[in-house]
Amino acid sequence: MADLIFQNVRLLDPASGLDMIGDLRVRDGRIAEIGQSITAADGDCIDGKARALMPGLIDMQVHTGEPGYEHRETLATASHAAARGGVTSIVVMPDTRPAIDDAALVDFISRRARDTAMVRVIPMAAITKGCDSDQLCEFALLRDAGAIAFSNGDHSIMNALTMRRALSYAASFDALIVHHAMDEDLLSAGVMNESELATRLGLPGIPAAAETVIIERDLRLVQLTGGRYHLAQISSADSIVSMRNARALGLAVSCGVGINHLLLNENDVENYRSFAKINPPLRAESDRLALVDAVADGTIDVIVSAHNPQDADAKRQPFQQAAFGSVGVETLLTGLITLHHSEGMDLLTLLRTVTSGPADILGIEGGRLAVGAAADMTLVDLDAPWIIDADDLASKSKNAVLEGRRVQGRVEATFVAGKCVYARDEDLA
Amino acid sequence: MSEAPESTYFPHQHLLGIEGLSKQDILNLLDRAESYVSFNRQANKKGDALRGRTQINLFFESSTRTQSSFELAGKRLGADVMNMNVASSAMSKGETLIDTAVTLNAMNPDLIVVRHSASGAVALLAQKVSCAVLNAGDGAHEHPTQALLDALTIRRRLGRLDGLKIAICGDIAHSRVARSNIILLSMMGAQINLVGPRTLIPHSAERLGARVFYDMKQGLAGCDIVMMLRLQNERMSGSLVPSVREYYHLYGLDEDKLGYAKPGALVMHPGPMNRGVEIDSAIADHPDLSLIREQVEMGVAVRMAALEALALNLPRNGDGEASYG
Repeated sequence: MADLIFQNVRLLDPASGLDMIGDLRVRDGRIAEIGQSITAADGDCIDGKARALMPGLIDMQVHTGEPGYEHRETLATASHAAARGGVTSIVVMPDTRPAIDDAALVDFISRRARDTAMVRVIPMAAITKGCDSDQLCEFALLRDAGAIAFSNGDHSIMNALTMRRALSYAASFDALIVHHAMDEDLLSAGVMNESELATRLGLPGIPAAAETVIIERDLRLVQLTGGRYHLAQISSADSIVSMRNARALGLAVSCGVGINHLLLNENDVENYRSFAKINPPLRAESDRLALVDAVADGTIDVIVSAHNPQDADAKRQPFQQAAFGSVGVETLLTGLITLHHSEGMDLLTLLRTVTSGPADILGIEGGRLAVGAAADMTLVDLDAPWIIDADDLASKSKNAVLEGRRVQGRVEATFVAGKCVYARDEDLA
Repeated sequence: MSEAPESTYFPHQHLLGIEGLSKQDILNLLDRAESYVSFNRQANKKGDALRGRTQINLFFESSTRTQSSFELAGKRLGADVMNMNVASSAMSKGETLIDTAVTLNAMNPDLIVVRHSASGAVALLAQKVSCAVLNAGDGAHEHPTQALLDALTIRRRLGRLDGLKIAICGDIAHSRVARSNIILLSMMGAQINLVGPRTLIPHSAERLGARVFYDMKQGLAGCDIVMMLRLQNERMSGSLVPSVREYYHLYGLDEDKLGYAKPGALVMHPGPMNRGVEIDSAIADHPDLSLIREQVEMGVAVRMAALEALALNLPRNGDGEASYG
């Protein structure tokens, strides 16, 4: 396989802090050389025109519909959307039908991904059988089959004893527990942030405390068990305080946030827009600003798309009856770049949360632009403005909360192990 | 809310809520309704403002008084009125709200009156049809004709709304009646006190422009009107209030508690009442103080005014496309 050489690109590597104009050589699917004036005598050459070349993104929370809800999304369509969004690894959630709670099902995901997906697919497996019981899954067998971590997807573990045992047992293998923190009793029939707006709209609210009480419980249990814990998505200012306290105690905890919670707030629910119904719910502007600060200061380690495809029938409903969730894997990077432009957030700090950040938590290779690393990369025009049109997204479901939104930053091409899996302009391919 | 209708009398295509209406819109409706009160007391109650129009009452939640009030209002103005019984409709076979809207729209109705258990459902349906939509109650959101009829009832009895002190008591959190009344009455210059246990007061209630009290004595002090709300059966036993007995003890309107209000204060209730739960029978049936039966009468008049106002904005024969001779 001939070398692939990028010339005149802005090289961005969040892990090392690299940010310079230069060249990069790919050989045999890996990054072979980074420097200035790399010659193209022995390979294909791409003129980057000073656009950014960065590690391909690792999206740590992607729901697909496979198996069980293939009409919403398959591994193939999700991976296509990922490639178009500069995401080279998707961590797929286990709350499918059936749930990924058996080694054979992890193997199924891996095989389907090998045969149909264009980016790397990394399965998570269930913490408990069916993602909704109190019976622990076979962590060791699941891990050996390829499960990277354990999560019940968007189901919370309400039984504190089950959570204690999961953390404790997982600690035997240093396995990571990823939890969606939402007290289901406090959630009750809630559909949006509990607030003045919810009162005006006559919609049942979800208090921020529904998240915080579970986080506080979980953090005590981490202290008790010595388990490794990742909070899947944080949504409120109060929860950030909890995470900071846990960090101060030296607990082995990390946390993620959904890109939509950084870009939007509860006012996007106005006029009963069911696409803005997500879980955890969009919260107040003050929460959003606190989340932005928490990303900037490193309290939040990871930004995810929380890609959750829902078909039209599930979303074209009165707000209370519509399904939770929004697609987003294809617009994750664009969202981050938009934050960089609109909030003045440091670009490398933002990119770390979708590259080396998740890679380090999951203990996987990738997320780095360094000699010897896999050539999972994306070439990005950081300035290009465009308007998100859900119909143009590759996802099978079109429930994009960012629909119609003006954004900045567009993926030009995506490479997995040095192979181009997406190019906006044919010439790049 | 509106798409450039011609009428300045009511410049909206639909009546989805009090929110979005101007003070003048409300006054126009109340004045028009006033004329229908005497009309409805005549021997001949047949008008023709809606002659040739088709009105569909689409009730996804069961209702006796509101549905019959709308039916009568439509019929008295000459409309052909169809009541859709949702229990036997396709909705119970899994058809979505939007499909139902599109199906009904294809039958060319002029007015659809909708009640639904989900907040915002009526507005969603209104987006999918080309006729006028009237909200007869959506979830815990709005019930605009109830607020209009309450306002008309008060105005007729006390001659004004401005400067009145009105207590709304009970399950504010789940009440669309409360929301519509808070918006309408405060826009008209009344001061609103919300009274109930904390479990039944919604988040940020004071941000709606009302004062909040957890105690009847304080909440009713100096009030001209005491408006009681129905406590839904499912909220009575243990989940939001411990028991009917305790609720009545604290918030049930009896002679003693009414004594906290201004002497001669009037009592209202949107119905149906739970006697002995939120209101004592002696108060509910009090010939001088209770406005409850009058509210029902005003309901028909207000709904006639609302239906007529929306019909004025509908295309008429001779208006291009809509003309079928």
